[in-house]
Amino acid sequence: MTNNQFMFLLFSVVIVVFSLLTVTSRRILRAATFLLFVLVSTSGLYFLLRFNFLAAIQLTLYAGGIVVLIIFSILLTSHINEKLSIPPVTKRIYAAIAAVAGAVLCILTILQTEFVQKTFDPSRVDIHTIGEGMLSTGKYGYALPFEVISVLLLAAMIGSIILAKKRKD
Amino acid sequence: MFEGVPIHWFLVLSTVMFFIGIYGFLVRKNLITMLMSIELILNSVCINFVAFNKILYPGHLEGMYFTLFIIAVAAAEASVAIAIIINIYRRIVNIDVENMNEMKY
Amino acid sequence: MIDFSYTIWILLIPLIVFVGTGLTGNRFKPNVTGIIGTTGLGINFLLAIITAYKYFFVLDKVGGAFQKVLGFNMTWLHLTDKLHIDIGVLLDPISVMMLIVITTVSFMVHIYSLGYMKGEKGFARFFSILSLFSFSMLGLVIATNIFQMYIFWELVGVSSFLLIGFYYEKDSAVAASKKAFIVTRFADLGFLIGILLLSYNTGTFDFITLTGPNSPAFTSGQGIMFLGMSTMTWSMLFIFMGGAGKSAMFPLHIWLPDAMEGPTPVSALIHAATMVVAGVYLVARMFPIFHHEQSGLEIVAWVGGFTSLFAAVIACTQYDIKRVLAYSTMSQIGMMMLALGVSGYGGEEGLGYMASMFHLFTHAFFKALLFLGAGAIIHSVHSNYMNEMGGLRKYLPITHATFLIACLAIAGIPPFAGFFSKDEILVATFHHNKILFAMAYLVAGMTAFYMFRLYYNVFWGKDQHYHHTPHEAPATMTVPLIVLAIGSTFAGFIPFSKLVTSDGMPFETHTEWGIAIPAVFIALVGIGIATVLYMRKSETSKKISIALGGFYTAAFNKFYIDQVYLFITKKILFNLVSRPIAWFDRHIVDGAMNQIAFVTNVASDKIKGFQSGQLQQYALAFVSGVIGLALLFIYLWTN
Repeated sequence: MTNNQFMFLLFSVVIVVFSLLTVTSRRILRAATFLLFVLVSTSGLYFLLRFNFLAAIQLTLYAGGIVVLIIFSILLTSHINEKLSIPPVTKRIYAAIAAVAGAVLCILTILQTEFVQKTFDPSRVDIHTIGEGMLSTGKYGYALPFEVISVLLLAAMIGSIILAKKRKD
Repeated sequence: MFEGVPIHWFLVLSTVMFFIGIYGFLVRKNLITMLMSIELILNSVCINFVAFNKILYPGHLEGMYFTLFIIAVAAAEASVAIAIIINIYRRIVNIDVENMNEMKY
Repeated sequence: MIDFSYTIWILLIPLIVFVGTGLTGNRFKPNVTGIIGTTGLGINFLLAIITAYKYFFVLDKVGGAFQKVLGFNMTWLHLTDKLHIDIGVLLDPISVMMLIVITTVSFMVHIYSLGYMKGEKGFARFFSILSLFSFSMLGLVIATNIFQMYIFWELVGVSSFLLIGFYYEKDSAVAASKKAFIVTRFADLGFLIGILLLSYNTGTFDFITLTGPNSPAFTSGQGIMFLGMSTMTWSMLFIFMGGAGKSAMFPLHIWLPDAMEGPTPVSALIHAATMVVAGVYLVARMFPIFHHEQSGLEIVAWVGGFTSLFAAVIACTQYDIKRVLAYSTMSQIGMMMLALGVSGYGGEEGLGYMASMFHLFTHAFFKALLFLGAGAIIHSVHSNYMNEMGGLRKYLPITHATFLIACLAIAGIPPFAGFFSKDEILVATFHHNKILFAMAYLVAGMTAFYMFRLYYNVFWGKDQHYHHTPHEAPATMTVPLIVLAIGSTFAGFIPFSKLVTSDGMPFETHTEWGIAIPAVFIALVGIGIATVLYMRKSETSKKISIALGGFYTAAFNKFYIDQVYLFITKKILFNLVSRPIAWFDRHIVDGAMNQIAFVTNVASDKIKGFQSGQLQQYALAFVSGVIGLALLFIYLWTN
């Protein structure tokens, strides 16, 4: 077992276990914490694949931003000690059947598929390359999606403020 | 091949994560936990993109850019969702999805 | 060549008046509408006189004969190059004559109505519809083709319907208007079939082509026989059915007596002088073809003769003065049909044709006069029944004098108009068929009898107890009476045979004293009997009616024709045809629709639970669907 295999399996186990805990935990704040673990492990996978910038973004934005946001809203809407009710059995069974069936179907399909896998490129992606790609308008340039995303973020920000503001009534 | 880790491993992992997210979305009543399930789903997709990029097309960066944009969209989505949730909480003092059934026959 | 294109205004003026007054309606004072309508008709009257003068006296004849002139023509519907429907103005002796008749009578009726309808609720509506009627009737007579004629024919029916039902708050008026409309519509169905048969076989609608010397109607449609008659004969018979419906020929006459529910001026204009002679006009218009199909013409003659006698018998027994006049109208129109039926074609052969048109012309004057006089009587005593009247000659001197002139005219006493035209009819019939002549002769006597029965009952005898003293009508009503009385007196001296003939060739007529003297004699006999029985109220007439027993009762009840119709429609048609169809409609057609609606209702009630408003159920369905589709397309549906 190589180091990489080991690290991958470690992260995978963390991800799967904490994912399960996220969706089953009866304490909502704990669920958010478990989600944080999942997101951190994911960024570990990105490091493993030498996408350092992406991993950093994942850590700061996802783990740092979104999860904090979620925790804030949890604190705003529920008590610390509040326990979520257990969903009804039939609901759980139906959902489990659907999820397991989908997972089995997808995994079978994946395992049957042959991919042309290239030799591993261990180089890290230069931050300059990313920045130039992000603002370039030529081939492999992402200026337009970048601008669209900035507008989207602005709109989302204004939208959330308007939505969450207290109505005068 | 990435030093003994074939792409299938990544894909199986992301699939498992994806369907755990689906399960959570279908089962959880609390809106915030449903939102967390959605984050799980988004994350599994991100893993897919990154793995495809690095292992199948090492010379390119499309997968990485996609992941970046997905993270940005997820941030926007989370902020709007939470604004909506808070608004709902103000109105009906709980955030159970089952109570939000005005739009039926 | 004279330009006749202005004649289109004869059509346009009443149309404009109708649309204008119909739309503005109650905005103006009612009198304004009345005066606008009357003025429009007055202008039309002048135009008609000018046209007649130009046509008969200025226009050059070709080979001594009057020609058919297209005053105006435009293609309205272009179906194929050969088959197209035109709208236009056709001028020939009969249409010009009809223009005079219609505009004169209509103008008089308009003036009369200004007085008669004064203070009625629908005064403006009345004048507006009168204009519509004038428009349609004028369009009918100057039609250049049979399809235009059909269009205006139906318009005439509509305006007749509207005017009979003028007092639409009265149930009997509504019933009468419905009856008139349905019966004439039924007849018009025959007319339409006839038009289709004719135009299919000849490939044209045009009157000039159809009635010309080389008409396609003479050659086509002769081969196929049905029940012993050729297609062309059948088409003529169907067209005659339409004419019989409008002209109230037996057995389609039942609507005319009921149509007297309308205001009296309407009865004078539509149901005496103009619309009801449309059938006669139609046969005259198609006369060359009818003449070619002799068996069809024979039927026209017999139907006319029988109706004439039949209506005269009923007229002798009725008490409602308007109904007496209505049956008298039927009888006289029967005479016109009879004359057409016995006529030949061309020159002196066409005596019957000339006589028919002549009688149409004179009849319009004295019958309109009779109706307007009856209107004046009803106006003053507020009753329709002659046994509630008597001794009116003292109170209504002008009405009395004009009514007497009209009675003498219709009875055929020289020198009044009816004598000349009726004499020509009798002569034409005598030379054709002795049985028909006997019928016509009898009718002439009965006409004199029932008219003078009416006259004596109304104007002579004892005074009745009236609510208030009857008074003479206002000038707007008496002036038309006087004008029409002058017409009834002198119209007979018009040399008709020089003007209106079957082929346009003028010819000389000479009174055949061998027929004229007996005709006058029987008229005098009729008048004499009426004088004896009715001049003073006596019991003799009652005794005679009792002696006649069943026959009198049958005639009094109009020979139960209405009851026969009711039996056929109510008992047979409704029960055997309509009821099963209604059942089928209600249970099978509607039932199928109701079943579909019911099934949809139940099904949607069952499945609406799927739209529960529960987001997670939707999501579950969505995920299952995606998985199912993936399964289907990746594993199951592979080639």
